Amino acid sequence: MRLEIPIVLVGLSIAFAPVCAAQKLELRGKLLLTRGVSSLEGAGGGALTPWALITGNGTDRGIGATAHYDYVTVNDYGLTSYGAAAGLYDRFEVSYSRMTLDTRDVGAALGLGQGYEFAQDVWGVKMRVAGDAVYGQDTWLPQIAVGAEYKTSNRDGLVQALGADESEGIDIYVSATKLILAESLLANATLRYTGAHQTGLLGYSDEASVQPEFSLGYMLSRRLIVGGEYRFKPDDLAFAKEDDFLDLFGAYAVNDTLTLTAGYVDLGEIATVEDQRGLYLSAQVGF
Amino acid sequence: MKTITLLLAALLLPLGLARAEPLPGEQPVDPYEVSNANAGADPFEGAALFEAFNGEAGIGRVVDDMVDRNLADPRIKDIFAASDLVRLRRTLKEQFCFILNGPCDYTGMDMKSSHADHGITNREFNALVENLQLAMNTEGVPFRAQNKLLAKLAPMQRDVVTR
Repeated sequence: MRLEIPIVLVGLSIAFAPVCAAQKLELRGKLLLTRGVSSLEGAGGGALTPWALITGNGTDRGIGATAHYDYVTVNDYGLTSYGAAAGLYDRFEVSYSRMTLDTRDVGAALGLGQGYEFAQDVWGVKMRVAGDAVYGQDTWLPQIAVGAEYKTSNRDGLVQALGADESEGIDIYVSATKLILAESLLANATLRYTGAHQTGLLGYSDEASVQPEFSLGYMLSRRLIVGGEYRFKPDDLAFAKEDDFLDLFGAYAVNDTLTLTAGYVDLGEIATVEDQRGLYLSAQVGF
Repeated sequence: MKTITLLLAALLLPLGLARAEPLPGEQPVDPYEVSNANAGADPFEGAALFEAFNGEAGIGRVVDDMVDRNLADPRIKDIFAASDLVRLRRTLKEQFCFILNGPCDYTGMDMKSSHADHGITNREFNALVENLQLAMNTEGVPFRAQNKLLAKLAPMQRDVVTR
């Protein structure tokens, strides 16, 4: 179980090595912002949810990659995420992200210790299966991708003590993304099959469910998009209520390398502490 | 959609749309059926977008600026350097003017035939889009109006990009 996704990654690299050698790879080539930003879990998308767009600036004839650092600070917690992702031929995406929840004073209150951290490694794969979000302006068909995220908590044992069945798990999702150019809008809907508690930071339930996630953005210029996201989440942990996530964001493409995102996030109740609202900051570099 | 376009083409052909006179300096081209359907998109309704582009004069400036940017762009200058630029500028202006519901007919070839020999990639297509965006910015076309035109042009990628 633990090794499945890394093996897939290696398999993908081997499968595409001959293609890379046979054809001169083109670097860059996507339009600004059409690679998306990086989600907390590492996949190309919005801040909270993966999109069907493939990360990096590579087109169908090239490859691209991105790296990100996100910093979230809410009333009683800090959340960071860093990672990297690669896009292959505007078709496949592989990603890694390390998410860390700093419990600050809550850790002490829960008897875990001041600044106790829950972290998880997230390995992701995504494949675009249909449609084109950018060029398909004469059809309602969105760009559709399917993906999986394998997540493993660094607190094996403790998360089970808090009520999780497992310290690792796999989310499977399908995303549909559509740029509605005539209205300057970008819309995404994702359905995620997941048993994760707080994205997996507090472990996994054996009972998974389908959770929808939505993003809507309005383009103010070719560099700037503002919008919001709403992510439904399971609420299966006995000791603490879990709320949906939402954000309001602005993402600015400084150039085709650097995208900066800032926003407001409402993470709701986390580990018995309510009203976790605050600031989301993210930098993504890529080619 | 395609069927409707073809039907439209079939209906318009017998009307014998006037073929614009080639400008001095244009190279001769093989004969083809002239039709507004060759523009690859239906025109908008109303005058708002034509006005947002500052009319025919504005469209002319946008096309000239875009072509100049393409000629200076290392990503795509070779494609354009090999073209009949006098004819290219004229037909692009006609095409944009027609789609923006200006008083113009499109007399150029359809998108598939006119790009068949160029072996254009998505990267090159996007480079042109970028240059068009910069040219529209220079003309002061509001971003929302820019996107409305781009929404009409975007599906042409399927005919333009062959590689």
